[in-house]
Amino acid sequence: MAEPVLAAAGLRKAFGDVLAVDGVDLEVAQGGSLAIVGESGSGKTTVARMLVGLTAPTAGTITACGRDRSTPSRSAKERRRRGGEVQIVFQDPYSSLDPRHSAEQAIDEVLRLHRSGASKTERRTRTAELGDLVGLDERQLRARPGALSGGQRQRIAIARALAAEPRVLILDESVAALDVSIQAQILNLLADIREETGISYVLISHDLAVVRQITDEAIVMHRGRVVERGPTGDVLDHPQEPYTQLLRASVPRPGWKPTRAVRVPTEGTAP
Amino acid sequence: MTAALLEVENLSAELPVEGRRRTVLHDVSLHIGAGEAVGLVGESGSGKSMTARAVARLLPPGATTAGAIRFDGRDVGALRGGALRDYRGAVAMVFQDPRAHVNPVRRIGDFLTEALRTLRRVPSGEARRRAIEALADVGIPDGERRLAQYPHELSGGLLQRVMIAAALLVEPRLLLADEPTTALDVTTQAEVMAILDELRRDRGMALLFITHDLELAGAVCDRTSVMYAGQVVETRASARLHDSPLHPYTASLAGARPTIDASVRRLTAIPGRPVSAFEAPEGCPFAPRCAHVQDTCRAARPPVEALDGGLVRCFRAAELLERRLEVARHG
Repeated sequence: MAEPVLAAAGLRKAFGDVLAVDGVDLEVAQGGSLAIVGESGSGKTTVARMLVGLTAPTAGTITACGRDRSTPSRSAKERRRRGGEVQIVFQDPYSSLDPRHSAEQAIDEVLRLHRSGASKTERRTRTAELGDLVGLDERQLRARPGALSGGQRQRIAIARALAAEPRVLILDESVAALDVSIQAQILNLLADIREETGISYVLISHDLAVVRQITDEAIVMHRGRVVERGPTGDVLDHPQEPYTQLLRASVPRPGWKPTRAVRVPTEGTAP
Repeated sequence: MTAALLEVENLSAELPVEGRRRTVLHDVSLHIGAGEAVGLVGESGSGKSMTARAVARLLPPGATTAGAIRFDGRDVGALRGGALRDYRGAVAMVFQDPRAHVNPVRRIGDFLTEALRTLRRVPSGEARRRAIEALADVGIPDGERRLAQYPHELSGGLLQRVMIAAALLVEPRLLLADEPTTALDVTTQAEVMAILDELRRDRGMALLFITHDLELAGAVCDRTSVMYAGQVVETRASARLHDSPLHPYTASLAGARPTIDASVRRLTAIPGRPVSAFEAPEGCPFAPRCAHVQDTCRAARPPVEALDGGLVRCFRAAELLERRLEVARHG
């Protein structure tokens, strides 16, 4: 296999006495798409935040595009370089955009940082191209988020992330809050973008159907650890671990009958 | 057939929004028999929550309605005083976000026993005993300890079970469940659904189950109504909804969801976005997004028609069904 575009080894994160992430290894191939599957408290979002650099790991290494990013960046230049390698799209498009900035302004801000040599006209052309790529017209690009629907806002968030021309895009439950008909549009869009640009994805999700649709490889996390990994189709069709089997069996489908799991809830407090 | 427990007939509702009256429900009809589970499926703004709120008499202030809601043959809109209190004991509601519907500074015990003490005049010792029983029913074994805890000490899944226990303590004949599992993990969702299903069978409680998840509704409900832009566009036996949908919207909704069994080259996305009742165009509200649209669809609202054991609001439903059967016959 060619050198992975993003890799983590022995990744750990402790919050006080709680070990949120406990020894996670992962690799994302050039142009590949990796799913991190798990339920609340499994540590999947903490892994995403460490990969993008929003949370510093307690131990372990992260390498993106062959460069180490295990420790927080010390300079603005370094931060900018890292921003050009890995970007993130969050779950909630209602809280991830500045309400005072139009899509155009939000994208232009990123272009000013990452394409400092570009003229105003070049940036405007690029903004229109990105709008085109994610299916936003000129009017929508000029509108403030308040005037747009959830699906349209999520397109802005994707365009803004792509403006930095990252090699890896982290999608942290990025389609979970969308209506079914809009979710399909965004999933198709993400597939098109990967095909056109050769970008890699890391999809953080609890939705196994979405995982099936847009990833090639998957790791399953439970209580901070990776319990199973492999090609997405194998993991979903022939889960080996009891936890993955339980997850798979809990997904509603025609003929499905909900059952109480044998385990008794013993967790006393919210995380 | 015996008379339905809940009958909603030609219900329309308007809300005041920024000084203007806006339609949120348009001519909604549905019925639920005793012990029956009916699903209400739709995307944001479709009016599914408003339908439940109208049934629970919990529409926002200033709302006006037309049409009828009858429970046990009595007009729900006309209930006052003691009769309304009785109705609130017979119809309970569980919401999507438990944390937004519980008082954070009161203990779980206060919350669970309040209705019994005030509505049913049950002595507090007896109320606590019943609360512990109800917690056991929803899979929380250490009830005594839980009664002394505050909401923030419980996880989302546990708190939602507490909400269900609270709803069940008054022994309702109808439970209105508005996306009760949407905020929960899938394994917790399966458990909560199993609990609702068991309780429905054991107590003959009727259930109106609101969800955006067509497959979940199909798996736990006898019948499912699909809503779009404030209208019910299709009602059908859940078992047939997935394999033989009558309305193009239902079919597109099923086709737009990825499945866990295989990835497809492209999902058949529905163009545009879901609209609310007040934004809906003249004619069929789904027309601008529909693959089968004709001029007639834009000219008038399709009426509700019976077809193949279900109800559908689409001018072309019979023709599309016939075409599908034709294809099935000749391959």
